[in-house]
Amino acid sequence: MIAQQFKKYLFTLVFSLVSTLIFSNTASLEKVAQHEEIEGHSSTSHEGAVESRSEIDAYSKHHLADSHDFHLFSYGTEPRHHVGFSLPVIVWTSKGLRTFLSSKFHHNDDGTHVVDVNGVKLAKYHSKIYELESGVASVVLDAEHHPVAAHKVLDFSITKSVLGMLVASLLMLLGFSSLARGYKKGAIPTGFGRVLEPLVIYVRDEIARPNIGEKKYRKYMGFLLTVFFFIWILNLLGLTPFGFNVTGNIAVTVCLALFTFLITTFTASKDYWKHIFWMPGVPVPMKIVLMPIEILGMFTKPFSLLIRLFANITAGHAVVMGLIAVTYTAREALGVPGSFGVSFLLTLFISLIELLVAFLQAFIFTMLSSLFIGMAVEEHDHH
Amino acid sequence: MNLLHDFSPGLFIIQAIILLVLIVLMRKFAWKPILDSLNSREEGIKEALDAAENAKKELQNLNAENERILNEARAERDTMLKEAREMKSTMISSAKEEAQAEADKVIRQAQEAIVAEKKSAIVDLKNQVAGISLEIAEKVMKTELADKNKQLALVSTMLKDVTLN
Repeated sequence: MIAQQFKKYLFTLVFSLVSTLIFSNTASLEKVAQHEEIEGHSSTSHEGAVESRSEIDAYSKHHLADSHDFHLFSYGTEPRHHVGFSLPVIVWTSKGLRTFLSSKFHHNDDGTHVVDVNGVKLAKYHSKIYELESGVASVVLDAEHHPVAAHKVLDFSITKSVLGMLVASLLMLLGFSSLARGYKKGAIPTGFGRVLEPLVIYVRDEIARPNIGEKKYRKYMGFLLTVFFFIWILNLLGLTPFGFNVTGNIAVTVCLALFTFLITTFTASKDYWKHIFWMPGVPVPMKIVLMPIEILGMFTKPFSLLIRLFANITAGHAVVMGLIAVTYTAREALGVPGSFGVSFLLTLFISLIELLVAFLQAFIFTMLSSLFIGMAVEEHDHH
Repeated sequence: MNLLHDFSPGLFIIQAIILLVLIVLMRKFAWKPILDSLNSREEGIKEALDAAENAKKELQNLNAENERILNEARAERDTMLKEAREMKSTMISSAKEEAQAEADKVIRQAQEAIVAEKKSAIVDLKNQVAGISLEIAEKVMKTELADKNKQLALVSTMLKDVTLN
């Protein structure tokens, strides 16, 4: 039993190390990307074929950001043909709600194409929609590449990420409600339910029960199961060629971690608060010192959740794209077959690891959430 | 990478709504029925196992009980046989004794009867011998008194006639 536990932790440790390494690689890659971008910014537009180093970095960065249209691929020389579909844009501007299709932007992402919707001038720059102040023709950037004379609008658009979430939600609802219905026919599920049932049991017996405790775990199963499968499916969707990057989006992970934070805070036992504000069993000066540390701990715990998920998935995507780009960047050194071969093998290898990371990150998020909930609802009967 | 710049409040709000609705829907339509069925199934399995265990124990008890009853019956049979054997031997011996006693009695009575008969026969014989002797003596006396030859003849004739019964 202990050996098994140890193995589990070793496993987790090794993979967090691997993912940390990947992330630090990406961090340097990002630095290079930003550097290059500053140099060659004016030439960066996502209209043409992507071949040079700076174009690849810009493309990669563009992919990591959310997108207002669902772009599958482009082909041909100028003008390029884009295959994909537009998504609805819903924005809350200074003059109220405006809705239109993202095709109005004509795939423009550098703020030069201004759309006038019922008297509101909108432009898209790096996947963000800005409302231009009156008298400004297009997005003008300051020295730090931040638009001036324009402000961001509250963007409720059905972006690619939102679409991804809706797809994941739909898949979950269909899959698990069919499993639930299957139980009416017999105690043993049939078909795909046979795959889903062990996963549900896994979350219940390996994640929720040991961390929260036999008595209280049931109340949190709804959240934990939903979050586990939601993150996992979105992580997996991110590995498909559709190129979703939902769990690598900071807003999404903030929201997920916020749910954990709210649940821990609002269902916490008296003992939890006592341990935070007036730690029992230590001298009074120590209690005073511990209080701010514990209060900080309340926030760092969910913060670590949101950063971990975001960083792992973003790093994974960046590495996969970087390795695919080896096809172009190493073409001169290795020739076309050589660079393609190297790129293919490396990408295949990393994709397999990403497949594991997709599960692992969902597991870790759920695991730590249940651990935090468990710590919050724990009753200390020895005091 | 500027995380704060990348943070989209609109996406955050939509995500919160989607997640909240998803949790509510999944709880109602999936997790609750799934977990309930899993629980009831696991409880069912546990109960079935317990019942099987109990049945096994009961069977063992029953077997032990049967064994005990069998042993008791065997012991009872043995005692009964023993008693019967004893009874048989006592009966036989008592019958033997009774028969012996009866036989003894019959023999004794017979002996007594024989002795009595013998006595009476001897008495009778004595009487007859005495009578005959008297007759002889009478006749002898008579003839002797008449003729000596005749007397002798008479005696011999008489002696020829006399047959000892």
